[in-house]
Amino acid sequence: MTALLEVTDLVKHYPIDQGLFPRLLGRPAGGVQALNGVSLSIRAGETLGLIGESGCGKSTLGRAILRLHEPTSGRIRFGGTDIVGLDAPGLKAMRRRMQIVFQNPYASLNPRKSVGEILAQPLRLHGLAKGGELRARVGAMLESVGLRAEHAARYPHQFSGGQRQRIAIARALILNPEFVVCDEPVSALDVSIQAQIIDLLDRLKRELGLTYLFISHDIAVIGHVSDRVAVMYLGQIVESGPARAVLRTPHHPYTRALMSAVPRVDRGDDRAERVRLTGDLPSPLNPPPGCRFHTRCAFATEICRTTPPALLPLDDSRMVACHHFPVRPA
Amino acid sequence: MTDHPMPEPLLSITDLRVAFATRGGLVRAVDGVSLEVRAGECLGIVGESGSGKSVTFASVMGLIRPPGRIEGGSIRFGGRDLVGLDPAAYRRLRGREIAMTLQDASTSLNPALTVGTQITEVLLAHAEDLPAGHGPRRRAARQRAIDMMRLVGIPAAEGRLDDYPHQFSGGMRQRMMIAIALSCRPRLLIADEPTTALDVTIQAQVLELIAGIRATLGMSVVLITHDLGVVAEYCDRVAVLYAGQIVESGPTAQVIAAPRHPYTAGLLRSVPVLSDLDRPIQPIPGQVPDLVDLPEGCRFLPRCALAHAACHAAVPMRGLGAGRAARCVLAEAAP
Amino acid sequence: MRRLGNLLPGKLAKLAAAAVLAFVLMAAAAPLLAPHDPAATDLFRRLQPPGWMAEGDWAYPLGCDALGRDILSRIIYGARVSIFIGVVVVLIATAIGIAAGLAAGYLRGWVDRVVSGLIDILLGFPYLIFAVGLMAMMGPGVLNMVMALAYKEWVVPARVVRGETLAARETEYVEAARAMGASSTYIMAREVLPNILSPVIVVASVRIAQVIILEASLSFLGLGVQPPTASWGSMVADGRGYILDAWWVSTFPGLAILLLVLSINVASQAVRDAMDPRFHD
Repeated sequence: MTALLEVTDLVKHYPIDQGLFPRLLGRPAGGVQALNGVSLSIRAGETLGLIGESGCGKSTLGRAILRLHEPTSGRIRFGGTDIVGLDAPGLKAMRRRMQIVFQNPYASLNPRKSVGEILAQPLRLHGLAKGGELRARVGAMLESVGLRAEHAARYPHQFSGGQRQRIAIARALILNPEFVVCDEPVSALDVSIQAQIIDLLDRLKRELGLTYLFISHDIAVIGHVSDRVAVMYLGQIVESGPARAVLRTPHHPYTRALMSAVPRVDRGDDRAERVRLTGDLPSPLNPPPGCRFHTRCAFATEICRTTPPALLPLDDSRMVACHHFPVRPA
Repeated sequence: MTDHPMPEPLLSITDLRVAFATRGGLVRAVDGVSLEVRAGECLGIVGESGSGKSVTFASVMGLIRPPGRIEGGSIRFGGRDLVGLDPAAYRRLRGREIAMTLQDASTSLNPALTVGTQITEVLLAHAEDLPAGHGPRRRAARQRAIDMMRLVGIPAAEGRLDDYPHQFSGGMRQRMMIAIALSCRPRLLIADEPTTALDVTIQAQVLELIAGIRATLGMSVVLITHDLGVVAEYCDRVAVLYAGQIVESGPTAQVIAAPRHPYTAGLLRSVPVLSDLDRPIQPIPGQVPDLVDLPEGCRFLPRCALAHAACHAAVPMRGLGAGRAARCVLAEAAP
Repeated sequence: MRRLGNLLPGKLAKLAAAAVLAFVLMAAAAPLLAPHDPAATDLFRRLQPPGWMAEGDWAYPLGCDALGRDILSRIIYGARVSIFIGVVVVLIATAIGIAAGLAAGYLRGWVDRVVSGLIDILLGFPYLIFAVGLMAMMGPGVLNMVMALAYKEWVVPARVVRGETLAARETEYVEAARAMGASSTYIMAREVLPNILSPVIVVASVRIAQVIILEASLSFLGLGVQPPTASWGSMVADGRGYILDAWWVSTFPGLAILLLVLSINVASQAVRDAMDPRFHD
C-alpha cells in the first residue's frame, strides 16, 4: 500500500516573544522546540496511534500536519501533494480531505451556534449544499453518529460530553474527508462513554474507509485502536512499529517505562518489576543534549549524554532511537 | 457486614443523603451511601462524573455549602458524628485528623504564597507536638516541612521551601499538596483524583508515594478515581458508585475478577486492556440518568442488558458474603 | 419583559433603567413636551426664578436664563444633544473598536503592533485635553465633536475586544473552523464576535455616560454645540456668572447631567452583572 501521508523531518519551534528591546539588540530568539525532526508515514486505511505524555509534541504534530500551526521546516505530503507549499485556495481545497476531532468537546463547539449551524458551516463554506439538501445532509450525518436529525435545532450546552463529541465527529466527517486527526478524542469523557466513542470512530472508519492519526496518552486505548504506533518524547519519535509488536515487546526504555507505569486491572503480581521513571519531563525550552531521554533513563551511558541516537529501522516494520536497545548484533 | 469481628472502623458513613437545590430542581447527588474505612486500609471509590463520589467525601470534610445540604444520614469518624459538628471543631479535625488532596494541584495551592508558608501554616495551626515559644516553634515547623517535602520526594527540599507554586512542575505540585495534606500525620487521607491531571509516568510516582506513606504512617487512604486500573493496583477494597448510590462493594481483587453488578461488569468490559488488545471493548449504552428526575427502581436499569421486571422496584444493597455486596436483584443468582 | 426583569436584578437597577428610558423618550418627544421654544428669548423674563419661588411663574417651572429662555424646554431639548452624542460616539467607537480589536487580536503580527501602538499612544493623552485640542483645530459643532470624541473613544472597546479575541482565537472551536477551511474574516465575524459581544455591550453602556460627561465638558468650555442649540454643558456654562443671584440657571441642567449619567451607570452595572460576572473594568 502507498502512503497517504508522508511527513519528513518536520520541525516546529514556537518563538518566545521577547519584546521589542531584545529584538532590536539582535539577541537570538529562544523558543520551545515542540517538534524536532519528526518523520512518519501513514498508509491509506490504517490507524497510526501516537503516544506520549503532555508536552511531547504529539498535539503539535497533529495540528502541524493540518497546517493549523505552520511548521518551521520539513515536508508534509498528502496524497502526493506538498501541503507545506500550498497557497490559501489550495489549502482550503485540501481541508475537505483532512479533518480533526479535538480533545475537549466542551471547547470545540461554538456555544453560540446550534448544532445544525455547526454542521452546516463546513458544507456552506465549501459550497457543497444548500437549502433542503443541506438540512438532509446534516440530519443524515447526525444519525450516522448516533444522534437524531431533530437534534440540529439544539445548542451544544444541551448535550452531554459524549453527545458533544459525537457532534464534533459529525462536523469533522460531514465533508467526507479521507484522513482524520483524532486528538485525544476520548480523554475528556467518562470511562463508560469513552468506549462508545471509540466504537463509533471504529465503525465510521470501516464504513467510510477513513485513515486516522489517533493521538492519546492512554496506551491501552492506542493499543486497541491502532494498526501501527509511534511513541513520542520531547518532540521526537523514539519508537515506532506495528501496534501489537511494539506493545508486546517494547524496545525503547521510555516505551517500556510508559507501559509499566499504566495502572492495570489485568496486571498479575508483577508490580514490583516496574520500570520506574524518576524525575520530571525536562523543559522543551531547553531539552537535554544527546538522547533527550537520558536524564530519566536507567540505562543511560556516556554516549547517551553526548550523541543523539538516530531513529533506525530494526526490521522492515519497526524503528527505535536508542543507543542500547534492542541489543543489536555487532 | 456484621460478620467481621472488627473494632469500630475509622470512618463509617451510614445512609448519607446530600442534595443540591438548582434551578432545574433538587439534585440528589448522594442518595443513601453507606460505607466504612478501616484503620490502615486503602478504599477505592470508583465512579463517573455525577456519581456522587466527590460529594460524599466533601461531606466528610464538612465542605458542603449551600445550595448543597446534607439531608440525612450520619458520618462517624473516630467515634464522633461529624454531621452538624460546629465549624471550629471541624477546622481542628480537618488537616489534623482528616486531610484531603484535590484533583487539580495547580489551583489548590495559593499562587501568592511560597509553598513553605503554606505548609508551615498548616503545621502551626494544627501540630500539637511543636516546641513552645515563637522562634523555636517556627523553626520546628520549618524543619518538619522540609522533612515532609523529602518524604514526598521533592529534591533539594530546603532550597525549594521558599519557591512559589508556579515554580514547580505539575507532578511536584501534586507532591507538594500531598506533603501539606500529610504534614500533620492525619489518620485519614482522602485523595480525590490525585493523578488525573498527571502523565502516566508521574501518576505512577505519586500513587507509589501515597502507598509508601500509608505503609510508613499507618494511615487510612480513600482513593477517589475513575480509573479501575488505579483501584486494582492500590486499593484493598473498592466501592463503585453510580448516580448517587453505591452499586457494588467488596475486596478489590474479587470485585474485578467477578463483578456482581452489571455496571461494574460493564465498566470493566468497556476499557481496553494491554494484555489482550484483541479483546473487543463493549461500551455501556446510553447515559448517566438525570439526578433531578431519577427512576423509582434500579438507576442502571435503562442501560442494563439484564433488566427484568423486579428492577422497576427500589433495589436495596444485598450482602453477598465475604465482605461483598451489590445493588442488583440478580446478585444472589450470580456464581 | 421577564427577560429584562432577569437582566436587571434589584429595584434600584430597574428604577435607573426606567429613568434612562424616560430621558430617551423625553429627547425623542421634545417638540411635544417642551412648553416653549427653547431658543425663544424674552428679555422681560431675564433670570426669572422657578415657578415655586416668589417671582416665579408656573408657565416657566424651572425659571429662565439670562436671555429669558425657558430652562425646562432647554433641558428637554438638551437631552437630544447629550443622548445623541453619547450614543453616536459610542456606536462609532464600538464599530471601530470591534474591527481594530478583532484584527489585532486574531491576526496578531504587524496589525497587532500597529493597533496596540496606537492604543498606547492615545492612552497617553488625557481624554479631555485631547478632545479640546482637536476641537480647537477643527472648530466647534456637533459633527466635529462626535469625531473628536470618537478619535479616542474607540480605544476602550478595542482593548476589550483585543483581549477577548486573544483568548477566543486559542479555543478549539476556532481551530475547528480553520480546519474547516474558513477564512480569517469569516472566523472573526462568525466564530469570535458572537462570543465576545457581551463584554463589549457592557463596556458600551458604561461609556455612553462617560461620553455624555465629555460632551457637557466640551460644551461648557464653549467648544461643543453652538448657540442657540441647547446643550446641558453650555447651559451650565451660561449660568456660572449668575450662580449667586440665579442659581437655577446652572443647577437644573447640572442636575439633569447628574441624573442621566447616574442612571446609565447604575443600569449598566446591572447589565454587567447579569451578562458577565467575571467582567470588571
